[in-house]
Amino acid sequence: MDVLYFAWVRERIGLPRERVETTAATVADLVEELRGREDRYAAAFADLSALRVALDQELSEFDAPLDGVREVAFFPPMTGG
Amino acid sequence: MRISVQEAPFELGAESDAFAEGVENAGAVVTFTGVVRDADQGGLQAMEIEHYPGMTEKALTEIAQEAMKRWSLADALVIHRHGRLAAGERIMMVATAARHRKDAFEAAEYLMDYLKSRAPFWKKEILEGGGTGWVEAKDADEDALKRW
Repeated sequence: MDVLYFAWVRERIGLPRERVETTAATVADLVEELRGREDRYAAAFADLSALRVALDQELSEFDAPLDGVREVAFFPPMTGG
Repeated sequence: MRISVQEAPFELGAESDAFAEGVENAGAVVTFTGVVRDADQGGLQAMEIEHYPGMTEKALTEIAQEAMKRWSLADALVIHRHGRLAAGERIMMVATAARHRKDAFEAAEYLMDYLKSRAPFWKKEILEGGGTGWVEAKDADEDALKRW
């Protein structure tokens, strides 16, 4: 699946998007997998309460299943307007 | 209903005129414009607005469709810019048209409240001294959604 990062999540991880091969069942499982990769991922995902997630461009929750999902995006709370 | 996510500036007068002239049977047209203000500590050089192409248009369309339905609007317009903007530049505008002003005002506030917290935009302040900082979402913005 494609994993996208925005704002300071993108800055901490150091890239805007990447292709991730995973068998993670839920968003939380995917986060756990990414955290284990490198320090920059652990830093970006240190506090999940400061993060939001979208699945196929719809806001979702960290306990949501990833079954059939093609695009996951992680970002801080939005500041439009 | 029109949604525009764009980097280019927009003409407030021309957009407002075109919107008002395009609606029929509406006694009230409300427009709101958001402008880049100085940083709280002063010295803002620019504001960088990042967004999530694809999701942004989708989220704004859903928010505007909900407003159209709830207040039986004659029309609605949302323009939101992204990219690098200087202090004083216009970031975004919303316009609503309804038979009566109460509906037009309420719908405009609803659009503003939702696009502040539910449309995927993120603002970064670039200060004159070279410092930068992401604008943090406020609890008050999230609370504002509860009244709808």
